[in-house]
Amino acid sequence: MNDVLNYAFGGIVGLLLTASGVLAGLMRARPGRNFRELKLRIQTWWWLAGLLFLALGFNRTVAVVVLGLVSFMAFKEFISLIPTRPIDNGALLLAYLAIPVQYLWVGRGWYGMFIIFIPVYVFLLLPLRMAIAGETKGFLRAAGTIHWGLMTTVFSLSHLAYLLVLPAHAGAHGPVRGEMLVFYLLVLTQLNDVAQFLWGKWLGRHKAAPSVSPNKTVEGLLGGVATTTLLAWLLAPWFTPLAPLHAVLAGVLISTFGFTGDVVISAIKRDIGVKDSGSLLPGHGGILDRLDSLTYTAPLFFHFLYYFYY
Amino acid sequence: MNKLLNMASRWAETPLRLLFVTCVAYPVVWLWLGIHVRHRERLPSRGPAIIAANHNSHLDILALLSLFPLLRIPGVQPAAAADYFCQNRWLKWFSLHVIGIIPVVRGSLHGGPGGPDPLADCYRALEAGKVLVIFPEGTRGAPEEMAELKAGIWHLARRFPEVPVIPVYLHGLGKAMPKGTLIPVPFYVKVAVGQPLHGCADKLDFLHLLREQLTWLQHKVHTPALADD
Repeated sequence: MNDVLNYAFGGIVGLLLTASGVLAGLMRARPGRNFRELKLRIQTWWWLAGLLFLALGFNRTVAVVVLGLVSFMAFKEFISLIPTRPIDNGALLLAYLAIPVQYLWVGRGWYGMFIIFIPVYVFLLLPLRMAIAGETKGFLRAAGTIHWGLMTTVFSLSHLAYLLVLPAHAGAHGPVRGEMLVFYLLVLTQLNDVAQFLWGKWLGRHKAAPSVSPNKTVEGLLGGVATTTLLAWLLAPWFTPLAPLHAVLAGVLISTFGFTGDVVISAIKRDIGVKDSGSLLPGHGGILDRLDSLTYTAPLFFHFLYYFYY
Repeated sequence: MNKLLNMASRWAETPLRLLFVTCVAYPVVWLWLGIHVRHRERLPSRGPAIIAANHNSHLDILALLSLFPLLRIPGVQPAAAADYFCQNRWLKWFSLHVIGIIPVVRGSLHGGPGGPDPLADCYRALEAGKVLVIFPEGTRGAPEEMAELKAGIWHLARRFPEVPVIPVYLHGLGKAMPKGTLIPVPFYVKVAVGQPLHGCADKLDFLHLLREQLTWLQHKVHTPALADD
């Protein structure tokens, strides 16, 4: 691991220590109130930070495998949530098989295959397997939902992993490696969620998406965009090859589409009739509840960067 | 001293079971499928006890075994259909020594008095202080649908009124590996453990109560389907 990332992880530990400290203070100041949910949430953040350290602190193979496992768990959560037909179990196994294969293309740095494998080959192959199984009732819905799951939880998220295998690029403060780009994107996406939440709590008046996600407000969204864009501009010289104007654009992209990803996954949960996508992350809900923004920001940030710099 | 010897002999006959749970049940249930348990604390920490679970898949036994820590596995035994699990020599050996089932002859309770009691081995297990896992539906039905409960569980509960019957609802295993398939497809599994029941004199009352408990637990882990289903 190099110096910038050491400082970055130091910063994360500092942030989490602050959060835990504030929580301890709150619990002491207001002993009557129930802070269980908040406590669980911060505890889980510690675990996630540890996982990120594990993923980025060793080598690229470990990082790609860890991200592949994250895709596996996210896809499993999605498949467990939607109604599936028993006859599609064979097609589902094939869909699961696409996960290691997709991350294999990432690991080998085979960009052409990485970018068409799920949108083209898997898209065409899965309905073939389903047609062989022979049940036509509910065919379109099954084919559509399974592929939608693969596109968001595997194809989109694998862009995060592909950042790792991009060649080193000159930055303002020395060479930029893939780990730094991943860190930049993850931190901005997650802090954007937190910033939108806090701005919304403080100033929120006008609902942004009342029928899909009643807690989202226009004020929260704008506050989040401002905070994230500022942070994107500040961090860019250390973590990315982005020029200042591009860094500002990246900040706007990550914050607006982080919001979009959140709202889209909320719409799906509402359609299915659940509040949380799962129960893997205590205090947060499921793994999709945490990755919702990233399903949008990972491919969009990747292609923005790839178009201008690689 | 006697207790120690007893434990030692139990350990000697169960290395295969421990190996099976470590290398098959835990990895399949925890890593491949993933499991979330509501009210794990209601599981008995020691026997004798009866676990009554719904049954949709062969994976049910793995899921229930994986709820217990490795050191408790020798004291946990599932009752299973003799006609299925003992249909040939290999399967019988595997079922008895690797999974550790207690074979029960299905349907023989209605055979009238005189014949050997098909639940005799279950009585012995409960007398020995074991946790007996039983599927009162008697067979794997359609996924996520509960069949009629059979009377065997009532016979057990009535004979051992002090032994708690703990209802457990398993969700997702019937989707992961329904009847007739061999490879489990990863689906998250949700398990809900209920409050213990005790045996009572009236058969229908008891079965009705147990079924109500299982249905209640089913609602606790149920994901509502899309509106048009």
